[in-house]
Amino acid sequence: MRILVAAILLAVLAVSPARAIEVQRVVSPGGIEAWLVEDHTNPIIALNLAFRGGNALDPTGKEGLANMVSGLLDEGAGEYDSQAFQGRLEDLAVTLSFNAGRDAFSGRLRTLTENRDAAFDMLHLALTGPRFDEEPVGRIRQQILAGLRADSENPSYIARRTMSRSLYAGHPYGRPGRGTAESVAAFTAADLHVFVGDRLGRDNLVVGVVGDIDKAALAALLDSTFAALPAAAKPWRLRDQAPAARGDTMVIRKPVPQSWILFAQPGVKRDDPDFYVAFVVNQVLGGSGFTSRLYDEVREKRGLAYSIGSRLFPLNHTALMVGSAGTANPRAGETVKLVRATWRAMAENGPTEAELTDVKTYLAGSFPLRFSSSGHIARMLVGMQLENLGIDYLERRNGFIEAVTLDDARRVARRLFDADSLFVVVVGEPEGIDDAR
Amino acid sequence: MIVRLILFLLLAVGATPMAAAGVFNPESFTLANGMQVVVVSNHRVPVVTHMVWYKVGAADEPMGKSGIAHFLEHLMFKATETRASGEFSKIVARNGGRENAFTSQDYTGYFQTVAVDRLPLVMELEADRMRNLRFDAEEVEPERLVILEERRQRTDVSPRAILREHVNATLFMNHPYGTPVIGWAHEIKTLSIDDLQSFYRRWYAPNNAILVVAGDITAAELRPLAERFYGAIPSQTMPERARPQEPPQSAARRVELRDARVRQPSWSRSYLAPGYGSPEGRHAYALEVLDEIMGGGATSRMYRRLVVENKLAVSAGTWYDPDGLGPSRFVFAGSPRPGISMARIEEAIAAEVAGVVADGVTATEVARARRRMRASAVFARDSLGGGARVLGAALASGGNIEMVETWPDRIAAVTVEEVNAAAKAVFLDTRSVTSLLLPEGAEEARR
Repeated sequence: MRILVAAILLAVLAVSPARAIEVQRVVSPGGIEAWLVEDHTNPIIALNLAFRGGNALDPTGKEGLANMVSGLLDEGAGEYDSQAFQGRLEDLAVTLSFNAGRDAFSGRLRTLTENRDAAFDMLHLALTGPRFDEEPVGRIRQQILAGLRADSENPSYIARRTMSRSLYAGHPYGRPGRGTAESVAAFTAADLHVFVGDRLGRDNLVVGVVGDIDKAALAALLDSTFAALPAAAKPWRLRDQAPAARGDTMVIRKPVPQSWILFAQPGVKRDDPDFYVAFVVNQVLGGSGFTSRLYDEVREKRGLAYSIGSRLFPLNHTALMVGSAGTANPRAGETVKLVRATWRAMAENGPTEAELTDVKTYLAGSFPLRFSSSGHIARMLVGMQLENLGIDYLERRNGFIEAVTLDDARRVARRLFDADSLFVVVVGEPEGIDDAR
Repeated sequence: MIVRLILFLLLAVGATPMAAAGVFNPESFTLANGMQVVVVSNHRVPVVTHMVWYKVGAADEPMGKSGIAHFLEHLMFKATETRASGEFSKIVARNGGRENAFTSQDYTGYFQTVAVDRLPLVMELEADRMRNLRFDAEEVEPERLVILEERRQRTDVSPRAILREHVNATLFMNHPYGTPVIGWAHEIKTLSIDDLQSFYRRWYAPNNAILVVAGDITAAELRPLAERFYGAIPSQTMPERARPQEPPQSAARRVELRDARVRQPSWSRSYLAPGYGSPEGRHAYALEVLDEIMGGGATSRMYRRLVVENKLAVSAGTWYDPDGLGPSRFVFAGSPRPGISMARIEEAIAAEVAGVVADGVTATEVARARRRMRASAVFARDSLGGGARVLGAALASGGNIEMVETWPDRIAAVTVEEVNAAAKAVFLDTRSVTSLLLPEGAEEARR
């Protein structure tokens, strides 16, 4: 293949986002901390927040509780019933929403500067005075149940559920995050209030803010918004759990023309010393963009799938490498076989020197592209705090990528990638799967 | 609030979200060969998004050869006269760039996001594939399989997506919007290299393309680069984008899909409606306001009545997007709560439609909607690629920069009378398709 451009020096390419983005630590008089990126270009403010502890903490039998709360915090609070609350958000042009992840319960707020104080007040009300009136509780319950029903015949959802149930049997990570028809049907307003009282504390809160606001104004708003939360969330413990990936292939028969193939094996946690090495090696194997080995073998050479890729999926108490592909039923076996073979080759020899250089350049150079909107940056500020990456992470991150050597890559490829433990779930009417290994 | 989730699944038909236009303050100039250039400056990080939009989409394909525009989009990542297949993507990745492409009924677009000092490189690559693409059978055939997998993944595995194709094919009796962008599978299978190459030669030219660059750059900085890389490509005579038009529609139509995999039924009614580019385009801004009033959120008429008050539906809303060269549609949709028949949903939504046609909207409703919509223009300015997408889509489908830039003012000028006139003009059942997505064996849902 012809090379158009001379090799580019990594140092030249790796534009430091820190050049343009300065993260400030703001601590309010009441002791609430937020990380702030000031940007006065547009009269808008983006705030993201997260409370550590996600839907994995839903009590047994109350699976889906965090999700249900996430749908109801903006459905009436304080003096406002649901319609009044939503109407006020609309009139202020404020976006406010919540989401329950595996390890954190998160929220996002977007407002124009001119409505700043009112917007923060709505967030304050949602967190500290949700009403959980009968009408919205019943309505959101029905919406969640409808979503569960709609997904119950969706091939990629079936594959995902089957995979987590199989890999994490007996662990909260194996349960459905949105709950089951039974658990969702049983929630009472009291359950929802208990969740808010137990899970939303000042000690497990992290906040990231981007936009048209300065430190002093934010400090004051942090107190008026969050100081009324309980000082501490209810303590919790969750045990670590290795995924039970033993190399088997599971087929779920569904009458669809395309088999959805999901594969997974144990990964590395975010704080693993080899995390960045694994991140780089995975980029060679199946990472984003149109140049990975899996993309080349499965899609470009053979036309077996439209989407194919793999990624690291670290959680607080486990870690996976996961990937997926959609292939016409008659060729599903061929795709699974090819994924395993590509996986095995990576384990045996690791990436080549050229591959390693290319992906390091890509990963370092593309990092600043993530700063594409205030909301994206606010979300990163929260992620950096949840993962304990440090306030100077944006400046240091590309150094971690650049430090990965070929020896590291080969060592970690051997240690991490294991085609024999790769657990495969196929949903559809696949052919040729039995002899896929 | 979870309503949007379901509604989105129900209604997502294309790439562009609800008109999120705003005042982007772009700069614009035209190269000597007729290529229009638009620059949206945003200096947050030293990064640019570089886009080339071609004023050609699926609706410009010859009859019986659906899927060419999208197939060609895939082939644009293959070999050119001087570059090997896949080299484009390798070079972009090696330079820390991200890239992709998209096809709609009206346009085809390609973009890369890169550090600003890599801009000349991606411009050189993009200019190369504007004219120098090769069409080798050994590249085309595996890609045909990829596209058939894409079709299966997006459409064939989903009863909802299959029904959506049937609704489009029924709503547009003669206009090519009735054919899916990705194409019908049996036609994708038989497209020849000649079909693809002819389409490319005919439509891919600088005077049929728009260059949009957003990010850490100004027009003065971009101009010499644009002249160097794109200015050298000769223009050519372009065919007219003449498309078959809809005849008068005079019969209400119904489409039902029953499938054992449907666990949550849904109902919709799509009215043929004018877009910005239609002869009746004066209604477009009023219809956007009406869309906000009828289905724009938790306090909209549809959601409040069907979901909150009457407890008939788990979701209810409307959808309208005037951004297109051809006709648009105004869609009402709802999904029932358990135990509620489709007939009741239909009755309730029909009552909302009849109510707004008979009694109109209130001044308060219009004022609230206009205020929210104008605020959305401020938020649209924030993202790196947002302005580029909105401007590119407008320019590639018959609009102009002025339309985008004055959108908030035009929305602010919409009156109650205009909204009421638009409702009366558009909500005629004889120009509609009603669709039902049902589980297998469900009772007939007629009134």
